[in-house]
Amino acid sequence: MILARADQVTRRYGDVLALDRVDLTVHAGEMVGLLGPNGAGKSTLMNLVVGLRRPTSGRIELFGGDPRDPASRRQLGMTPQETGLPGTLRVGEVVDFVAAHYPDPVPRDELLDRFGLTDQLRRQTGGLSGGQRRRLAVALAFVGRPRLVLLDEPTTGLDVEARRTLWDAIRAFHAEGGTVLLSSHYLEEVEELAERVVVIGHGRVLADDSVDAVRSVVGVRRVGFVADDLPALPGVVRSELIEGRHHLLTTDADQLVRDLVAAGVAFTDLEVRPTSLEEAFLAITAEERPRDEPPVTAASGR
Amino acid sequence: MQLTLVHTRYQLLEIVRIPIALIGSAFFPAAAMLFFVVPFAGKDPIGATYATASMVTFSVMSANIFQYGIGVAEDRDQPWNPYTRTLPAGPGPRLAGRVLAGLALTYLSLIPVLVISATLTAARITPLAFLLAIGTVAVVSVPFTLMGLAIGYSLPSKAAIVVAQIVFFPLAFGGGLLSSPGEAPGFIEVIAPYLPTRGAAELMWATVGDYPMRPLSLAMLGFWVVVLGSLAVWAYRRDEGRRFS
Repeated sequence: MILARADQVTRRYGDVLALDRVDLTVHAGEMVGLLGPNGAGKSTLMNLVVGLRRPTSGRIELFGGDPRDPASRRQLGMTPQETGLPGTLRVGEVVDFVAAHYPDPVPRDELLDRFGLTDQLRRQTGGLSGGQRRRLAVALAFVGRPRLVLLDEPTTGLDVEARRTLWDAIRAFHAEGGTVLLSSHYLEEVEELAERVVVIGHGRVLADDSVDAVRSVVGVRRVGFVADDLPALPGVVRSELIEGRHHLLTTDADQLVRDLVAAGVAFTDLEVRPTSLEEAFLAITAEERPRDEPPVTAASGR
Repeated sequence: MQLTLVHTRYQLLEIVRIPIALIGSAFFPAAAMLFFVVPFAGKDPIGATYATASMVTFSVMSANIFQYGIGVAEDRDQPWNPYTRTLPAGPGPRLAGRVLAGLALTYLSLIPVLVISATLTAARITPLAFLLAIGTVAVVSVPFTLMGLAIGYSLPSKAAIVVAQIVFFPLAFGGGLLSSPGEAPGFIEVIAPYLPTRGAAELMWATVGDYPMRPLSLAMLGFWVVVLGSLAVWAYRRDEGRRFS
């Protein structure tokens, strides 16, 4: 069963093209990660799915209906930006307020316990720490016993422990059959939680595949060094020569360095750096993709 | 309906948590009562009653213009506002809740004026007229609620504060709220009927005494309700279109 669907969705803000013919389908029971650098269009896509914005063209469906119709949002859970919690209201009051919109909300104490906020029940949200505010914001998405939860950068700026608490809660929801669409610009977070990854860059879907498949693509390193001549090297996704310096993109930097040594290349000033997601994907999706690369399957909207 | 009351309750909670905001809308009319009404018209039962009715109108106006003008503009700055739009309810309950909360606060802001009037002046009112006046306050709130909403939905919060302050004093003065009926300076008597404040004040005066309402003031009040209502709807739609389309 399809819970949310974007069909050839384009969204412009004035001259800026935020989303360009995006297709996305979220089935019941999936945990989908929306991965991409800041400004890639993740938040715009989420705002379209929850009905805050209308697509410029294309169609959005939520539970088979128009997300702008309140009835379509009855089984949806969404996180407010943590900075947006009303500062004078107490934690318990904010939860009760959101709960009042749903027919069968999760009891307040149970929810706060699940997110480690029981002791904060009577605190005003303005007095919470950043981590507590974020946990409350995420907790609100689960108040109405949703079938689909959208989490926009749920753990950005959190310490390790707070992040674990949130991850556990999200996993528990998914284990009980809940569907999750979460956005992140951390590969790590998506790897930890999601089974399927949709990579977005410059408003387009660059890849839509399993975590393993995307990881092998995204785990590209940039190996830079100065050398005169280069033999043909296996596993190089792309090579550039900029001002006498070679830049090789590869999925296995260790092997590439061994190959360089074995081939007797007189390199100096070696440097191995991780590439950004964007860089990796632009490299992978460029025309000169070698045939032995893991293919970016089901890449749609291109 | 249930949801409207929930929104009303939370609007009130948010305001009550910062009590100084309550004092603001009640302060001006109460101070005007003490400085102008008590010393000048305090001993004359009829004059004091009319003056109290004027101050009640003044209070209704300032409470509504400020709480909607500034409150709405500030809420629009908060990310919480779009979040509530993702909950399974349309914008109706939130708006209705805001208006009900606004009305409740308007009544609250009248208490100081009424206490001063009852204890320090000779103003008097029959129980029936008092009950009627409670209803009149709700009617008189309409144009000023619409004016506040128009300001709040069309301007950023910093501009809304300034505009609310700029419109409210000339409206009070020009409408003749700061003088007894028929005793305002000549030029004010001329312009007053054309301002929404005058029609509102005349409604209050007619409720508490036997003031004969002038058709012109009443017609102008109706005209203002239509104009301000259209403005509020226009501003609301424009804001929706900019933020949610």
